[in-house]
Amino acid sequence: QGKFTLLRDTRTDGSFLVHHFLSFYLRAGCKVCFVALLQSFSHYNIVAQKLGVNLAAAKKQGQLIFLEGLKSCLDLLFGGEEQPGQPSPLQFLSTSDLRALFDFVRVSLAPADGDSWKGPVLLVDDLSVLLSLGAAPVAVLDFIHYCRVSVCCQLKGNVVVLVHSNEDSEDEENELVVNSLCHHSDLILWAEGLATGFCKDVHGQIKIIKRLSLRQAAAQDLVQIYQYKIQDRNVTFFARGLSAAVL
Amino acid sequence: LVFTEEDKYGLYSDLLFKYFLAEGVVCGHDLFVASAKEHPDNILKELPAPLLDDTYRKELGDEAAAAKSEDFQDSMKIAWRYQNLPKMEASPTTYTKFGHYYDVSKKMSPELCQSVKLHSFYLHEELSSEPKMKTCNMNSAYARLLQSIQRIISQEGFDGSDPQKKQRNVLRIGIQSLGSVLWGDDVCCSYTPEDTHSLTKFLYVLRGLLRKSLSACIITVPAHLIQNKAIMERVTNLSDMVVGLESFIGSERETNPLYKDYHGLVHVHQIPRLNSLICDVSDTKDLAFRLKRKLFTIERLHLPPDLSDTVSRASKQDLAGSAKLLSSGCGAMAIGKKHLDF
Repeated sequence: QGKFTLLRDTRTDGSFLVHHFLSFYLRAGCKVCFVALLQSFSHYNIVAQKLGVNLAAAKKQGQLIFLEGLKSCLDLLFGGEEQPGQPSPLQFLSTSDLRALFDFVRVSLAPADGDSWKGPVLLVDDLSVLLSLGAAPVAVLDFIHYCRVSVCCQLKGNVVVLVHSNEDSEDEENELVVNSLCHHSDLILWAEGLATGFCKDVHGQIKIIKRLSLRQAAAQDLVQIYQYKIQDRNVTFFARGLSAAVL
Repeated sequence: LVFTEEDKYGLYSDLLFKYFLAEGVVCGHDLFVASAKEHPDNILKELPAPLLDDTYRKELGDEAAAAKSEDFQDSMKIAWRYQNLPKMEASPTTYTKFGHYYDVSKKMSPELCQSVKLHSFYLHEELSSEPKMKTCNMNSAYARLLQSIQRIISQEGFDGSDPQKKQRNVLRIGIQSLGSVLWGDDVCCSYTPEDTHSLTKFLYVLRGLLRKSLSACIITVPAHLIQNKAIMERVTNLSDMVVGLESFIGSERETNPLYKDYHGLVHVHQIPRLNSLICDVSDTKDLAFRLKRKLFTIERLHLPPDLSDTVSRASKQDLAGSAKLLSSGCGAMAIGKKHLDF
């Protein structure tokens, strides 16, 4: 509870982690606010069905609040006049100000009467897109900070955020955001493509870093490394070098 | 959203672009062509003609029969580990029903072209009208293009907004040379362009439009001109599929014996992972293309056998170095050319 988890991917696609956390928290009965900036609702819905969760039903019951970034952006640009007092959460496209997005998150996860859900969860896929859309890195970090205060500290919920990063990346703004978030995370799940290149049986390696040093002064971070293979409905993890294809 | 990095002189990416549009015509899809370089009508006059199934099958059949009679299935004695690998299939011998083949030496007949509805956007004709939408600090050329696409999608009902329409069709959108100076974007001109976000915002909104409607889009971009690699990284994240074409014209690879059969390389940087945890990853990532008199083919890159004794040590190391570069695939950037020291 009250934890900030950072999902990070390098040279590969870490979205399977997002799908996992989404179905995990929904199955656990938490109230989830999902800021989905890069894919449509039906994409997540189809994958979630394979993982055994019905997103449409969750949305209807109020367990899932889904911000479909692509759709909201179209409404903002091509829709009619904005209603006063209800700024679009994607307003930063024109104003570079992420406050409206934060307000959306805060309002969605605020406890409502008749809510029987366990702890609130904020899930963001993915944060690197905000930089592409004109937000400054400091603004993005501020946004995350406000979300942490509101969700982790005040509401005792969890925050899970996905970012992309690259070795030798020239995107300095992105690297700044990612490094800063790494320092402030309780748990980092880092999915990397194999350094030796593409392989059919091992899709990548995942580094799990439990940042014990964040909360306790003298503690050491715990690092575990596994390799994984993604299948249609499942992801299998195994120790390095022990993929089923080799044994 | 298929994002194509253009080769240096734009020859081959233009060809790929025309293939996409030609496929649309043959399938009866509606087309939307946008360009700042040449008028869309001219682009359409140059689409390759579709090959009638019979003639092509016959040609392929002859080739395949000849090949089969040559390599008789001898069991391998020394390199027996390779026995189990599928035989090298350079070109598709089993033609699937997906897609059509085209003859590059002939142009598509005007009747066939006109059988589908075409919407065009030629930047220089559109400059007179003012965009009516909120531009969100985006380059005005991009804003106009988005507005035009959105208008076509909603008017023609590609987004399912018109329940009366019984026959739903697909809209194929082709945008040529996006990001070039002709669109008013200076992202190709300098390392620190004034407006770093127009291109990425455009792609984001375009992605939204595509997801909301029955459409597919190919974009070609002169990526070799974009000096700010951060923008290329962001653009890759925003696209579903990213393919780069690298032609050998004018580069040292043109004379490299490794590549003598081919005209260029195809780099697949990203493939779509939609509606599923997995994506369709092919066995090999080394692809090369060649433009024969009639056909443009993309095939697996296979090295010719190194049979000569007189190859000097230096060039052998070069070949080994480039082979290593190729085989590391697009999963990792090449970690420098490591020369094998003996």
